[in-house]
Amino acid sequence: MGVEGIGASVVRKEDRRFITGKGRYVDDIKLVGMTHAHFIRSPHAHAKIKSIDTSEAMKMPGVVGVLTGQQVVDDKIGNLICGWAITSKDGTGMKMGAWPAMAPETVRFVGQAVAVVIAETKNQARDAAEAVVVNYEELPAVPDIRAAIAPGAPQLHPEAPGNVIYDWTIGDEAATDAAFKSAANVVSLDITNNRLVPNAMEPRAAIAEYNEPEEHFTLYTTSQNPHVARLVLSAFYNIAQEHKLRVVAPDVGGGFGSKIFIYPEEMVALWASKKVGRPVKWTGDRTEAFLTDAHGRDHLTKAEMAFDKDNKVTGLRVKTYANLGGYMSLFSSSVPTYLYATLLSGQYNIPNIFAEVISVYTNTVPVDAYRGAGRPEASFVVERLMETAARQLKVDPAELRKKNFITQFPHQTPVIMAYDIGDFHASLDAAMKAIDYAGFPARKAKAKSEGKLRGIGISCYIEACGIAPSKAVGSLGAGVGLWESAEVRVNPVGTIEILTGSHSHGQGHETTFCQLIADRLGVPISQVQIVHGDTDKVQFGMGTYGSRSAAVGLTAILKAMEKVEAKAKKIAAHQLEASENDIVIENGEFKVAGTDKSLALPMVALAAYTAHNLPDGMEPGLKEGAFYDPTNFTFPAGAYICEMEVDAGTGKSTFVNFVAADDFGRLINPMIVEGQVHGGLAQGIGQALLEGVVYDSSGQLVTASFMDYTMPRADDLPSFKLSHTTTLCPGNPLGVKGCGEAGAIGASAAVINAITDAIDNNKLEMPATPDRVWHAIHG
Amino acid sequence: MYQTTYHRPSSVDEAASLFAKGSDAKYLAGGHTLIPVMKQRLASPSDVIDLCKIKELVGIEPTGDGIMIKAATTHSDVASSETVQKAIPALAYLASLIGDPAVRHRGTIGGSLANNDPAADYPAAVLACGATVKTNKRSISADDFFKGLFSTALEDGEIITAVSFPVQDKAGYAKFNHPASRFALTGVFVAKTPAGDVRAAATGASQNGVMRVPAIEAALKANWSAAALDNVNISADGLMNDIHGTSDYRANLVKVMAQRAVTAAS
Ligand SMILES: Cc1cc2nc3c(=O)[nH]c(=O)nc-3n(C[C@H](O)[C@H](O)[C@H](O)COP(=O)(O)OP(=O)(O)OC[C@H]3O[C@@H](n4cnc5c(N)ncnc54)[C@H](O)[C@@H]3O)c2cc1C
Repeated sequence: MGVEGIGASVVRKEDRRFITGKGRYVDDIKLVGMTHAHFIRSPHAHAKIKSIDTSEAMKMPGVVGVLTGQQVVDDKIGNLICGWAITSKDGTGMKMGAWPAMAPETVRFVGQAVAVVIAETKNQARDAAEAVVVNYEELPAVPDIRAAIAPGAPQLHPEAPGNVIYDWTIGDEAATDAAFKSAANVVSLDITNNRLVPNAMEPRAAIAEYNEPEEHFTLYTTSQNPHVARLVLSAFYNIAQEHKLRVVAPDVGGGFGSKIFIYPEEMVALWASKKVGRPVKWTGDRTEAFLTDAHGRDHLTKAEMAFDKDNKVTGLRVKTYANLGGYMSLFSSSVPTYLYATLLSGQYNIPNIFAEVISVYTNTVPVDAYRGAGRPEASFVVERLMETAARQLKVDPAELRKKNFITQFPHQTPVIMAYDIGDFHASLDAAMKAIDYAGFPARKAKAKSEGKLRGIGISCYIEACGIAPSKAVGSLGAGVGLWESAEVRVNPVGTIEILTGSHSHGQGHETTFCQLIADRLGVPISQVQIVHGDTDKVQFGMGTYGSRSAAVGLTAILKAMEKVEAKAKKIAAHQLEASENDIVIENGEFKVAGTDKSLALPMVALAAYTAHNLPDGMEPGLKEGAFYDPTNFTFPAGAYICEMEVDAGTGKSTFVNFVAADDFGRLINPMIVEGQVHGGLAQGIGQALLEGVVYDSSGQLVTASFMDYTMPRADDLPSFKLSHTTTLCPGNPLGVKGCGEAGAIGASAAVINAITDAIDNNKLEMPATPDRVWHAIHG
Repeated sequence: MYQTTYHRPSSVDEAASLFAKGSDAKYLAGGHTLIPVMKQRLASPSDVIDLCKIKELVGIEPTGDGIMIKAATTHSDVASSETVQKAIPALAYLASLIGDPAVRHRGTIGGSLANNDPAADYPAAVLACGATVKTNKRSISADDFFKGLFSTALEDGEIITAVSFPVQDKAGYAKFNHPASRFALTGVFVAKTPAGDVRAAATGASQNGVMRVPAIEAALKANWSAAALDNVNISADGLMNDIHGTSDYRANLVKVMAQRAVTAAS
């Protein structure tokens, strides 16, 4: 592997920039003549806009313009789109209501923008915003799923009767019902998957500039996928043409999914920059992030599992209501369907699965993909059911899982996914060993003698990553293909630039992607530069989410590299008067095998660009591109075990130990992988113990700041013990599976299983706050 | 933030006269409450009068029967003060639990008491120790100082100059953190004077801010031990009820934290 090749824990190249404050984020960019936008947002969850009076605001100092939702409509700006069509069980399409960038008529969540003030300074925009008078007629609000589906509930969108967007099913209902009829035992659970706020460190921001003579726009924005942003902004929103729009996503301070989507604020900044003829900047504050970033999760589920007399699972039946908020965000429809129900088989051989998912509108912020996106919800259902079953059937939870593990690969589940490879026994065994599972009863007894409640919880998760084979997702309703593209440029002096459509916003691509080049060519990573996040520089790309950057993005780089190497070998062979097949690449040299003849990479590169002595007919230059479309998803999987102690007096849960055994396929940089797992676990544990969005009955967001919304902090978390049990992914040449979401997918069930074990009460909702745990103990 | 005029007086008298001149003046200490509220545009004082540079408002001194902490002394200075650690270690411990290091290095005892947040820590110590709040005009006993949520006996423009804590025979503080804000979801300070009097005060629990807890005081006066509180019943009436703690849960915490405070004290 070499010191900087694949498998080496190379220190992150980008961190020097970040930790010395030299990162360049959207808000750091200042353009000449730049103005500032401040949005006027609805204080009501559901209301009609009777009137908007901007006359006073227009007279305020520094005001350049005040724009309203009606002007968005008048300018024929397209409504926000949802990029994945879901078909209901009755064959009808999803019932989507219109979402204009600013509301002309009706507001459907607190924080929805109705107008924007553009002024010379941020403070002037804010001052003038206070002078805009909006008259609302309040309407009854629907703050959650139960309210949305109640008979006679207020209707949000005329297109969606009963507030139902779709009622979708997957699997064989009759066969599953039959499995339940003949079951020896049935286990059932009602599960709430709590709603979360992504809370990236950097709030969303946008700067738009319009060049009038060129009719050209530039948008700097906090995006995980700038090319998709450009595509959507040009193809659907009628603001700019694709070739007249450059989208730049510079350093981005975290996304966790929330920066995949194209939001109204970015659209309005772009549109407004032309209207006012000046660059327009908007930087959201933390309150705006709480109020307008797409939230995650929010399911209500009834789940049942059928067992035969040998405790083998024979069926799984799931009915889930998913809250999509007031409008359908870009990928919202796919998250509770194809990213959720297709993973309900977990790591188990389940012959019959049937799931029904009903997605509904509520007067809340739109809900969309958040780290894990559907897969944490699925894993939580399966792993809570398994644990509940073990308790009900009075068998060891590890044994019950082992009895039902899939052991033959490839394995076709009843819910679309075909698992390519895995070794579930290996990861569970490794985790059990790491936590000394066998010694747990003695530890529990000892804790009991000290007045403490001790519990242990297992979670064996699987996820579908490396998103995604384009043809497959297309057949399921996706509006885009999910391949990735790359270009490898060897410069005339032999340094290398990698242009990738993946986007790094914390993942460490600037290091890991270089490691592939170091591995292939034997050059130091300091010779390699990663270029990403600019549609003018990079040919195209689908961006970063769904743990796809290594499995898809890096494979695309590898494909381009192979082309570069092939050409470079031809050049070297020609110059060294050897056969192309005899050329090997070592330590940055092209060598003729078995001889001492060699040519260093810079000399090969120079030859390619001087073109003085190339093989006949060869084009000059050394630059190749590739598009890579995966043939299957990848399936990272693993086992998490958590041991917790609960203080009966206060209901506070404390970690005794948390172990993880993950199978991510080949690890490019184990240190970075460890960091990804830590972050994911923090978010999974955050969901289990701390985080939870609360709206009150009128649709006001109660948890609208860090004073009320509990973000995990370092001292809320244990010191994790991580390990890896590896099966190489057969689906891509690097054997990688992806590691970005695993922690967030697997952790929460382990935690809840441990606490419910400790308190001997299986009824406990997330977040398991001390208050809830205390009530669960004391009734 | 709206426009405001910042002043940096060097004496208490100068501060008071600047306050009198302003149309809607506010004193500024650590700014950890005032500045966020101004940034959110929920407060718009015409004048901001900084108390932190007034020498006579900073420092900790032993007194005949206890200690005096001057108003602009930071939480961090109280937590690390040998004088406090020796006289009333529970008070130094309490200060060490407030917020995070950034908060403790700016936030002040005077600001905390003037603000009287119902979940703040200091009010529990001040009330349980029977401390005296000194101002530029008078001395106010703890029992008279706290007047409910965010309200105190301070008159408009009155400046807290110091707080005098009488030394205790035994004192302990136990805090259960609010999960998100890390103020007290409920904190209880118990104290026993050399004369054998017992006072207990709970913060974070009541809808009316910091409160004494007579049932706990009575039980501990009879028998200073955690076990003495086993059968004490705390009513949930009038206690706060929110997403982080129902009122019955808080009632339980008052008792459990009192027990832990006693254990810590003895
Ligand atoms: C993130 C965070 C976490 C926190 N956690 C905790 C916690 O765990 N526990 C806790 O108890 N507190 C906590 N606090 C509050 C903090 O510790 C301060 O005590 C509080 O903000 C007030 O003190 P200050 O010096 O900052 O006052 P300022 O914000 O400057 O002033 C507050 C108010 O008091 C007035 N005032 C200030 N000094 C005087 C004076 N000498 N005389 C008269 N009036 C005066 C001001 O005019 C203002 O109205 C936290 C604060 C933050 C921001």
